[in-house]
Amino acid sequence: MKIDRRSFLSFVIGGAAGTAFTPLPWKLTDDSAIWTQMWPWTPVPDYGEVSYVNSTCTLCPGGCGITVRKIEERVVKIEGLSGHPVNDGGLCLLGLSGAQLLYGPRRVKTPLKKVNGKFRRISWDEAIGELATKLADLRAKGGSHKVAFIAASDQGTLPELINRFLTVYGSPNFIRTPSILDSYELTLDLMHGVQALPGFDIENTDFVLSFGSGLLDGWGSPVHMFRANSSWRDRKSTVVQIEPRLSNTAAKSDKWIPIKPGTEGALALGLAHVIIKESLYKKDFVHNYTIGFEKWRRPVVDGFSPDIVAKITDVDQTTITDLARKFARASKPLAVCGRGRGTTPGSLKEFMAVHALNALVGNLNMAGGLWTIPDADYIDWPELEMDDTASTGMQKGRIDGAGSQNYPHARYLFNRLSEVINSASSPPIDVLGVVGSNPVYTAPDTLSTKEAFEKIPLVVSFSSYMDETAEMADLILPNHIYLERYEDVPVISGIKYPLIGLAKPVIDPQFNTKHTGDVIILLAQALGGFIANAFPWESYEACLEETLGDKWETLLQQGFWLNVSFSPPSWAKAFETASGKFEFVNDQIDALPRFSSLKPEGKEASFPLVLIPYDSMRLQREFIGNPPFVIKTVEDTVLKANDVLVEISPDTARPLGLKEGGYAELSTPKGSARVKVHIYDGIKPGLVAIPAGLGHTAYSKYLAGKGVNINSLIGPVEDPASGHDAAWGIRAKLSKA
Amino acid sequence: MSTLDDQANQAVNAETSEAEETAFQVNDQRKGSGGYIILFFILGFVASLIVGWVIFPKLLYSQRKQPVEFNHALHNGEVDEACESCHFFREDGSYSGVPKLAQCIDCHEEVQGESEAEAKFVSEYVQKNREVPWLVYSRQPPCVFFSHAAHVKKAGMECVECHGPIGESESLKPYEQNRITGYSRDIWGANIAGLKKNAWDRMKMDDCVECHRTNNVNQGSVQTHKGGCFVCHH
Repeated sequence: MKIDRRSFLSFVIGGAAGTAFTPLPWKLTDDSAIWTQMWPWTPVPDYGEVSYVNSTCTLCPGGCGITVRKIEERVVKIEGLSGHPVNDGGLCLLGLSGAQLLYGPRRVKTPLKKVNGKFRRISWDEAIGELATKLADLRAKGGSHKVAFIAASDQGTLPELINRFLTVYGSPNFIRTPSILDSYELTLDLMHGVQALPGFDIENTDFVLSFGSGLLDGWGSPVHMFRANSSWRDRKSTVVQIEPRLSNTAAKSDKWIPIKPGTEGALALGLAHVIIKESLYKKDFVHNYTIGFEKWRRPVVDGFSPDIVAKITDVDQTTITDLARKFARASKPLAVCGRGRGTTPGSLKEFMAVHALNALVGNLNMAGGLWTIPDADYIDWPELEMDDTASTGMQKGRIDGAGSQNYPHARYLFNRLSEVINSASSPPIDVLGVVGSNPVYTAPDTLSTKEAFEKIPLVVSFSSYMDETAEMADLILPNHIYLERYEDVPVISGIKYPLIGLAKPVIDPQFNTKHTGDVIILLAQALGGFIANAFPWESYEACLEETLGDKWETLLQQGFWLNVSFSPPSWAKAFETASGKFEFVNDQIDALPRFSSLKPEGKEASFPLVLIPYDSMRLQREFIGNPPFVIKTVEDTVLKANDVLVEISPDTARPLGLKEGGYAELSTPKGSARVKVHIYDGIKPGLVAIPAGLGHTAYSKYLAGKGVNINSLIGPVEDPASGHDAAWGIRAKLSKA
Repeated sequence: MSTLDDQANQAVNAETSEAEETAFQVNDQRKGSGGYIILFFILGFVASLIVGWVIFPKLLYSQRKQPVEFNHALHNGEVDEACESCHFFREDGSYSGVPKLAQCIDCHEEVQGESEAEAKFVSEYVQKNREVPWLVYSRQPPCVFFSHAAHVKKAGMECVECHGPIGESESLKPYEQNRITGYSRDIWGANIAGLKKNAWDRMKMDDCVECHRTNNVNQGSVQTHKGGCFVCHH
């Protein structure tokens, strides 16, 4: 017997035949099918008990209620809270993506200290001890006023704790990041004589006149605005969008008026001209409850006739006249302003011109109009005991110049910080705390902001994420993220009622982070003496519960506290100016309508075009960067791979030889960048539009390195009336690359 | 065969050319190995049967012990509501599955009896507040949606109909894990051929279908009355 090839083949064939009579092939087929469903990288939520926790989203100032779905101790979904006065069940895509901020890769997991340019982990005791020692030394040397804090809001217990700490420590330098709230607050202060928030009864308006506000692009409280938009459609209201670019808001409006950017204030006065000339204004209000109308009307009638305004604004005369008549004849008209998402304060005179339109049609504190909402007043802490150092420090005047002779009306001038720091011979700030904001990314003129931050000896970031500012910080004391902490959120985004939301922990902190409120209390205790005495609470939570008093239970159970009985004061009681009336003219700021458009930075000869930023719901331009889900929704006419596309009209593209999708070099007086070109009919010739919210250098690989940061191409333009940043664009050049 | 051989021998005698002789020698060898070929075929056949029926199942599954020994019969005697005492439905109608530590602690905060398993359970898990990583014999792949409420509450089925008399067991059998899929052997069933004697011997899709057909219930989507893949699959 020889075993040869034949017998081997025979053995194999026998084996194959035999295998067919075993379960092996069928079982393997089945198992391999199941194996493909079981790849370890396929995310599968755990089994377990489902629970929901109601809370408040703090990712933007919108104040939406959320309900968080959990499986055991894992957050799996965030939804809008039904019945909530802001969003009633709706939620934007950023809010929906919150779980990625919780579990994403760029959390700061423990306190970090920069040693020789690299971050080193330290304990909380070391971190707080070190900061307290530094603060104590500085105070002993009489430098208490050289400590500053930047925060995104000045309302609620956390900002108030920081402010209280600064005051008792001896520094007036609490700085709020800029937004249109700065301009609206000033407008209400100067024209109504009240310190109040603007509230828009926008869902009941039947004629919305928007001076470039991205009503559906993130202005105000975004989800609330979407709901308002639905109610406009249902009630056949008219929406007119005045904006140089066909934004989403413009596309959804009834009429889009492409205007020369920066001339919106002139158009407002042109409309006022027609309303006055044709006697369409609300006589009862104007004659009985206002002052200065005669003084104001003369320059408006003389200087802003439709033919003059048409030349300034590029809007034709009949459109102006027609618009003015329709606006004034509507039963509940409302004019709003603040460009895009409202992140830049803008020109005060423009705000006052638009607000004067509201006064002319008498919608102040009326249904469908603009209401004044008093600031939240629930924080009633014991009077502070101050020592000499604290009092001296408080009298030093603010670093940003707000409230000084040059800027008497401004409360915070964040935009002046870089300039002040960079022009000083020795650093005017020794310690800067940054809470809930990312100024190195969001401040205009990135280069000079970075230069300023490098000059500050100690930058302390309280960020939960490794953002641009945290990367530049010397010390990071990471806060819990909004899903892990308590925080009261007085809603400041234009809701027409006094409303407080409560963010509460839906899950235990995932890392070694600490509530910034607790850190402030611990810092005060470490400094000891009367500073410690100013903070008699054992924890932030105890402070919050005590501060909210009888509202606490409602907030815990319902998630929000709403003053339902609120109605804005009647005209007779609404104005607290010296005259007790609405003031058209305010001599303090020379608010006569000698309106001239603020020019963008740069010379026309070398920069023939004008670059304007634009906002969209799909791009976050503030503290929170786009999570991966959100960046995935950005269209490829905005971002293609890592290239940003700028929009130009075909008329602008032709002489420059630029083609759709081609590369170009975009330069401005502040910097230059390589971009791609998107040729778009929806933009006025001579303009270049660039999306805001891209060009991060920090955060995760899902965001960093994509596109260009508009702030690296634009600088602040100081509004002569207020000192706030009023830049709406910058001169630019585009050339084929 | 002998006829062929005879014919060949005759042919050898009849022809004398060398070339033809060589050819016959080859032919002779082929005749000699014919039996072996079949033998090898049979060997291969039998070997593969052994591999397929005996060795393959042994290779396919690894055996793991449960982290804690558990006596269902003993517990069943102590509780009032049979299986549902521990494997209960939550208020929202979802099924809780294997009990969490929190439920066990209700009775076992301290050691109750004298068994080693309980002592280990209390010291390793209760006192350290760690969940027991039970290995679940009947865990389906994540792409399968199964509602206990529909079967137990609505259709009134007994636990034993699908899970067998596990409530009477005094110890936990080893958990056999499929090395390819990571799943329990109990889904395919102990019998490698996929045959079953009892309804609870297997938990594959065919078994779901079989029962639904036999009882003539919900064999498609309730909404469309057509084949309802997504009734049970994600």
